[in-house]
Amino acid sequence: MNHLGWLFTGANWTGPEGILVRLAEHLGYTTLTMLIAMAIALPLGAWIGHTGRGGVVVVGLANALRALPTLGLLVLLFLLVGLGLLGPLIALVIIAVPPLLAGTYSGVRNVDPAVVDAARGMGMRGPEVLWKVELPNALPLIIGGIRSATLQVISTATVAAYVGIGGLGRFILDGLGQRDFGAMVGGSILVAALAVVADLLLGGVQRLLVSPGLQQTAPAGRRPLRLIRGGAAREAEAA
Amino acid sequence: MDWVLRNSGLVLELTREHLVLSLLPVLLGLVLAIPLGWLANRRSWGRTLTLNAAGFLYTLPSLALFVFLPPIIGTRILDPLNVIVALTVYVLALLVRTVADGLSAVPERIVDSATAMGFRPVRRFLAVELPIAVPVIVAGLRVAAVSSISLVTVGSVIGFGGLGKMFTEGFQREIPQQTVAGIVLVLLLALVVDALLVLAGRLLTPWERAQQPTAGRARPGARR
Repeated sequence: MNHLGWLFTGANWTGPEGILVRLAEHLGYTTLTMLIAMAIALPLGAWIGHTGRGGVVVVGLANALRALPTLGLLVLLFLLVGLGLLGPLIALVIIAVPPLLAGTYSGVRNVDPAVVDAARGMGMRGPEVLWKVELPNALPLIIGGIRSATLQVISTATVAAYVGIGGLGRFILDGLGQRDFGAMVGGSILVAALAVVADLLLGGVQRLLVSPGLQQTAPAGRRPLRLIRGGAAREAEAA
Repeated sequence: MDWVLRNSGLVLELTREHLVLSLLPVLLGLVLAIPLGWLANRRSWGRTLTLNAAGFLYTLPSLALFVFLPPIIGTRILDPLNVIVALTVYVLALLVRTVADGLSAVPERIVDSATAMGFRPVRRFLAVELPIAVPVIVAGLRVAAVSSISLVTVGSVIGFGGLGKMFTEGFQREIPQQTVAGIVLVLLLALVVDALLVLAGRLLTPWERAQQPTAGRARPGARR
């Protein structure tokens, strides 16, 4: 593990091409991509889930994207758009949208119909049902979509160093060019750490935002039983 | 299309390499996932341990994994084995959960009847529980195979990626046609393998067709 020395050399952390700058670049690309992708996918997914129109397309798109090679997409956009951030950014957004769309769509779609009916029965209208009932209930799957999209983007942004942008992938590719295996291994550890930390943070956000009533991880088939039992217990208490 | 025809030799060779690099990990991952999935389904500590480890491994970016495996497993940095091991890790991470889910969805009364008929645990697992879990496992296997076929191409950045070479060459020589041909070939390959897996799943579970198509899917007792 003599490669680890690179990570613990202070000089590698600072400077215009140091770890801190590359880390900031990587985070910047990821954040920018996610903001654009979420602005596109969340409203669209919610609308598709709410109306039920076009669901097949969303699911098909999300599945087809798994087969789309990210490196090919990056290279193609580089050849079409040219050097710079725009090409990679378009590629990253293309990669981020389907999981977000699928998460939002299936989240809204899979809300228990009885709950939606109850909301309607209480006099809620379409938009109200969406905002107050469907979206809060869909939140676990929506955030699940955000988590997997974020991981994909962090991973692909690393590969995007191949077509010339900055970020932590630079250490892997420049290290390869200069036979500097310390930088390669160090860079890859940093990317992995970034991905793990981002996922943990989003997991924390999920725990904070999702209603406690939805946090049980029991299999779907068992949930109604629990609710009934909880209700019975409360009734017993009241009596 | 033109480009593919003029370079059919190279394309065939790359496709062959691509299939080995992407499908060998799927096979290895499946073989490892079955006992681990069994463990995850049997013991609660097994479940916590395997599913958390799988979740962690699945978060690791592919290029990073390709690069930091060599110091861990003792290979050289430009060794196709790194790509194979890395992809096996992903497939395993994905399939452990699927196998565990598939096994836990096997109705208890079926397991009980098998026990009552005298099946010992190992034979009961292989002859009863595993076959019934096949549809769920095949669903996971499709995701794993398709992802693997697409992920392999990232390996070409560090030297080994089958059809991914069409992207790196297309990039260096600025040939968009070669890049497009590479994307189309990868998509086609994924499509064909996916269809073959669906077919294999059907052949392995003749009893699914005997029931009504939707009734076979629904978990008994799930809707009440």
